[in-house]
Amino acid sequence: MTRKQRRMTIIGGSLAVLALAAALVLNALRDSIVFFSTPTMVAEKHVEPGRRFRLGGLVQPGSLQRGDNLAVTFEVADGNAKLPVAYKGILPDLFREGQGVVAEGALDANGVFKADTVLAKHDETYMPKDVADALKKQGHWKDDYGGKPSDSGKPAATTAQGNPQGAMR
Amino acid sequence: MIAESGHYALVLALGLALIQSTVPLIGARLGDVALMNVARSTALAQLLFVGASFVALVMLHVNSDFSVANVYENSHSMKPLLYKITGVWGNHEGSMLLWVSILALFGGLVASFGNNLPLSLRAHVLAVQAWIASAFYLFILVTSNPFLRIANPPIEGRDLNPVLQDIGLAVHPPMLYLGYVGFSISFSFAIAALMEGRIDAAWARWVRPWTLVAWIFLTLGIAMGSYWAYYELGWGGWWFWDPVENASLMPWLAGTALLHSALVMEKRNALKVWTILLSILTFSLSLLGTFLVRSGVITSVHAFATDPTRGVFILLILCLFIGGSLALFAGRATSLKQGGLFAPISREGALVLNNLLLTVACAVVLFGTLYPLAMEMLADFKMSVGAPFYNLTFAPLFAMLLLAVPFGPMLAWKRGDLLGVTQRLLAAGVAGLVVIAITWAWVRGGSALAPLAIGLGVFVIAGAVTDIVERTGLVRLPFATVLHRARGLPRSAWGTAFAHAGLGVALIGIVCETTWNSEYIATMKPNDIAHVAGYDLKLDGLLQRQGPNYREMIAEFKISRDGEALTVMAPSKRSFTTRGSSTTEAALLTRGASQLYVSLGDATAEGAIAVRIYYKPMVLLIWWGPVLMAFGGVLSLSDRRLRVGAPKPARAKQRLQPAE
Repeated sequence: MTRKQRRMTIIGGSLAVLALAAALVLNALRDSIVFFSTPTMVAEKHVEPGRRFRLGGLVQPGSLQRGDNLAVTFEVADGNAKLPVAYKGILPDLFREGQGVVAEGALDANGVFKADTVLAKHDETYMPKDVADALKKQGHWKDDYGGKPSDSGKPAATTAQGNPQGAMR
Repeated sequence: MIAESGHYALVLALGLALIQSTVPLIGARLGDVALMNVARSTALAQLLFVGASFVALVMLHVNSDFSVANVYENSHSMKPLLYKITGVWGNHEGSMLLWVSILALFGGLVASFGNNLPLSLRAHVLAVQAWIASAFYLFILVTSNPFLRIANPPIEGRDLNPVLQDIGLAVHPPMLYLGYVGFSISFSFAIAALMEGRIDAAWARWVRPWTLVAWIFLTLGIAMGSYWAYYELGWGGWWFWDPVENASLMPWLAGTALLHSALVMEKRNALKVWTILLSILTFSLSLLGTFLVRSGVITSVHAFATDPTRGVFILLILCLFIGGSLALFAGRATSLKQGGLFAPISREGALVLNNLLLTVACAVVLFGTLYPLAMEMLADFKMSVGAPFYNLTFAPLFAMLLLAVPFGPMLAWKRGDLLGVTQRLLAAGVAGLVVIAITWAWVRGGSALAPLAIGLGVFVIAGAVTDIVERTGLVRLPFATVLHRARGLPRSAWGTAFAHAGLGVALIGIVCETTWNSEYIATMKPNDIAHVAGYDLKLDGLLQRQGPNYREMIAEFKISRDGEALTVMAPSKRSFTTRGSSTTEAALLTRGASQLYVSLGDATAEGAIAVRIYYKPMVLLIWWGPVLMAFGGVLSLSDRRLRVGAPKPARAKQRLQPAE
């Protein structure tokens, strides 16, 4: 085999593997990435039940209800719209009414957001930018959502995982 | 005084690094031995001064000197001594200081053990090291000075983030940094080779041990971090495909590729240009990792630092080094001579395939890490790329790689016999198939992928064993001869077998844990009993205890199986008063490679408590695998050819490399 043929074999093989990887990535991008939504965005756009997404907003004060065996329901609001959320499991340490929350899951047939992961954080970065903006506009913004930039020791986000087959594995 | 001395030592180290980054190069141009030797003494002096600076910061933390901002923000007088020390690198400033200290350590090692390097190569390598060091000293001094004083010293500190007060985090960052920064050596060697326009098999032999050392530490560091997340975050997850984790995985993938391509270069003098490029890419990915973690550009479970000026500074360093080195590569790579020929089916061919799959897998991870960032910046919508993405992309690529792994070491150099190797691997293949069949029959239904993946893991392990069996002639030769041959086998062959088997072991662990993990989440009152995977867990009671800087609530569980009492497990929930936050301390019961995992949630008003109980079959294999890999690396490092040192370049050309 000449040097040229050898080089062509290697280049051909590389291209084949690259093409395969590109195909895999494109295929995965079609249905495995998870988008961020706010209750307003859910209300405006029709989101089909079963499609996974991340819901961000504030936990509506007074909406948290604990059921049997760690079942909880609460509402996530962004000032314009509200969306009921159902979750089963242990809520993260930082979860509080009136605080920012991000839940991952999908809508069921009744329009209830079934979450299998709940993240809570004292930080606007875990809130979609437009939720933060919407909250600021409506005066719901509280100073402790945004940590001071000099404060490098903020508590990490705490995570609660209800379903082990959930999105984070 | 200590803080000022530490600060001053760091400034001196910067001065030394600036000398080291210029004078030796001038010496190399002029052929002046004295000027080139400046590199050696400055590298050692730099190590001394950075070391002093680091020790100063450790002393400030140990003495709880709250007049220093870094100590005030991250320490507390009641904190146990161990965490006072490890808290030094539990924050941005301290961890950057650790970063440069390790960089100086590697520079010092090259300076003291590089006596058999050609003088001009050593001068170049140390000069490039000093460029990196200068950039990071500047970064620390300008944007993240750990020795900053507070005008009105507070009486008490704000304590370290409780999640970080753990022995796992004492070990994880230094290990990881030894890995990240260790790749700077192969980077410096690559740049030096490009600047000198000369590269040969001896070069690869010098680079390989350094790459191997970095790779061993990175492997252990990643495994350590994963185990820390598993037991400390309280819900048994061990890998989240979090950008910060990806930041450490990418250099590992590229570094693994580099390890293998350096082998081809060392033995066969081929793939030179590619090895140089990989050296540059691996360290670039380490720098990218530092950028992602330290700039706070990606908010994630691990990102503790947020400050845009730092981000921009590191981004500048990143662009300067990656752009500069790639430009140098583009300009000079063509001047390097072509290496030896080989057929596509050969050991070299297999190693090329390995490199191809590893770099493509690395590219996929890079894409998954940066794509959400790019979309957020360009299209202004947020999204996340999580496990489902990597399961569909990274997993198939890695499965292909694992399928090829047993073939690689058994193929001959230059021209291999694929059919012959397949025949010799028949037993391993049959072992894999039998395991698939057994697992299939045992679980009956469920995911078809799990038995297949376990079979693949067994095939990889059996393949590694087959290689050793073939080389020692076990089965077909008398036992004494086998022993003799086993002793004569190069350590690197044993290293290969262990590292490859480690891959299979880790794969089996991952598949078992994700597929057959059972969990039980409920609120429990005292005397309630939970049944999980054949174990009975009886909640005996709850008790409160005062720790050094926290209060904890402990739940005691009596564990029994089939009526036989085993032990008591005591998970706890700690509240740290200073920061007003809490951590979950999971209790683990190890049975073989499997673990029972209990962690606590919140207590309810009625005296009940939320509990999470997991049974994780074979979960420990996930970390035993990397430990095996690292052990293989250590064996390979102790190989005779690396111990006796690299041959002089001139001699290397005459001597034929024995084919293994």
